[in-house]
Amino acid sequence: MSSYIARRLLWAVLTLLAVTFFTFLVFFALSPDPAVAICGQTCTPDRIATIQHQLGIDQPFLVQFGTFLKGIFAGRTYGEGASAIACQAPCIGHSFQNGEDVLTMIFGRLPVSVTLAVGAAVIWLVFGISLGLVSALKSETGWDRASMVVALAGVALPNYFLALVLQYVLVVKLQVLPFPSSVGFTEDPGLWFQSYLMPWIVLAFLYVALYARLTRTNVLDTLNENFMRTARAKGLPGSLILRRHALRPSLTPLVTLFGMDIATLLGGALITETVFGLNGVGKLAFDAVATNDQPVIMGVTLFAAFFVVIANIVVDLLYRFLDPRLRTVTR
Amino acid sequence: MAMPTPATVPDVESGAAPLSAAPLATGRSPRRLFTGPVILSIAFLSVVLLMAVFAPFITKISGWGPYTFDPTAVDPATGGIPIGPFGGISSEHWFGVEPQSGRDIFARIVYGARVSMLIALSATLLTTLLGVLFGMLAGTFGGALDQVISRVMDFLMAFPTLIFMIALLSALPNINRPLMLITVLSLFGWVSMARIIRSQTMSLNRREFVEAAHASGASRAAIIFREILPNLSGSIIVIATLAVPTFIGVEAGLSFLGVGITPPTASWGQMISASVPWFTAVPSYFLIPGMFLFLTVLSATVLGDRAQKLIAGGHRL
Repeated sequence: MSSYIARRLLWAVLTLLAVTFFTFLVFFALSPDPAVAICGQTCTPDRIATIQHQLGIDQPFLVQFGTFLKGIFAGRTYGEGASAIACQAPCIGHSFQNGEDVLTMIFGRLPVSVTLAVGAAVIWLVFGISLGLVSALKSETGWDRASMVVALAGVALPNYFLALVLQYVLVVKLQVLPFPSSVGFTEDPGLWFQSYLMPWIVLAFLYVALYARLTRTNVLDTLNENFMRTARAKGLPGSLILRRHALRPSLTPLVTLFGMDIATLLGGALITETVFGLNGVGKLAFDAVATNDQPVIMGVTLFAAFFVVIANIVVDLLYRFLDPRLRTVTR
Repeated sequence: MAMPTPATVPDVESGAAPLSAAPLATGRSPRRLFTGPVILSIAFLSVVLLMAVFAPFITKISGWGPYTFDPTAVDPATGGIPIGPFGGISSEHWFGVEPQSGRDIFARIVYGARVSMLIALSATLLTTLLGVLFGMLAGTFGGALDQVISRVMDFLMAFPTLIFMIALLSALPNINRPLMLITVLSLFGWVSMARIIRSQTMSLNRREFVEAAHASGASRAAIIFREILPNLSGSIIVIATLAVPTFIGVEAGLSFLGVGITPPTASWGQMISASVPWFTAVPSYFLIPGMFLFLTVLSATVLGDRAQKLIAGGHRL
């Protein structure tokens, strides 16, 4: 088991390294010179050269990449002398446009993304699994069809369109919700909840659909298994069979999916955050793209990849723990 | 991320599971190909496809091109709100006009269908080719080749695709956006196909009829093309059908975010994006492209779902 974990960790480090390398390569090869952007309109070639030197982008590609990697573990300093900027380890870059370390910026935005992800997750788990269960247990009835129509609509509805429709109906026409604003929980909990309600629903809707479909398929598959017949033959009551025998194997695959989905969302729900103007990690990335703030784009990409890779390992281990069949096979 | 990105399309992933399984446990296995929703979906998709193919002819009939400004259709006193009910819908402008510019929304929808279909269908074709090629290579030859392909796939799955696509598209020069979108979508999109094809090829390789073909002296190429590929066709059709709506959605999403199709070319996602500042005053401006996008993705998903159910029920397409 420990050698398995070690192998997974090594692989995770390699993946992150590859992600960093490719992101770095793309920006190195394709992006317009950030020094020109920083320098502004009244600019001389000398000044550009100075800024390039300060950013370290006058160095060859591999040297730059090496400096970046070193910064993650040991920290780094941009420029020399009085104007030098120190970025402490783990340093994943410094935004000269904002005068802040990228990691500090990301951590500043993380609470919003976490709030959004967790709230939406509660909604999609509750509704997704219940819809899927109803659909499977009342298979081929009106209930089944209605649930699956909701699920299908959820898959097909673009979330930015749903966001506009909800805002138009709930805020403009019915006036039951205020326009979304960034209110802290401590300032006004009621308004905070109302502000997050629409983003939660919009973000959750797609996942409700996916989880409902997956739950339905899994439960229907499990109901056909031999051990279900055995349980029924033993004369166990229906509710017990459902809870003990049907639900556990049906919901285990959802654990994998859930882990990956949450991890992805912690890296920022880019569209939902942008549409509702929530200052999360996704909006940070989007704004950085708009202003060509390369260190921030790189930082967020790396940060998001980090969550996905870690979640991959955690989910794998959890899966082995949850599914008894896998445990005996791989011991 | 809220939007399903092609590398990690969850419904393709989860939808693939029942393919190899016995008939879906829905009581009775589905027999009919053409149910009500399927007919409606085919009808709607045909309309969209016809719009895409004959866009120049259609706008000639309707009278307004996608880039023609009509200052008489908007009211300068209100800051450019369309004159007339429902965003200026009239016999002149069938779906109304854009605020301020007065461009014909019908013409832009028609041309938007063109962009949407071109990108989604090309990306599907390309990812299907790549996915089947790499999936079969990995599944047939195994060993080091399989290791390399599988590791590349793992790597692409771990990639924060949407952020990276946005960064890549924003960094790329502004020439031939459709081609760039197709390339970027395909770069990340082939993995979901390849993973399923790889595992199915592996399990097919262990089946008796392949062994029999080996024993009777069939060449490797003959086995791949006569034994394996025909047995994969069902899965390929299903995954490809379900990839189309995903690509339509992702293209619209990227255009909505401003890194996809750039103005003045019309794209549904970009139309919705442009409508955001007007959504309280001119709701039809976001409702019309939004409904077209929604119904197109919905219809394509319904078709894919149906194909999957039929194949899972033992039908051949």
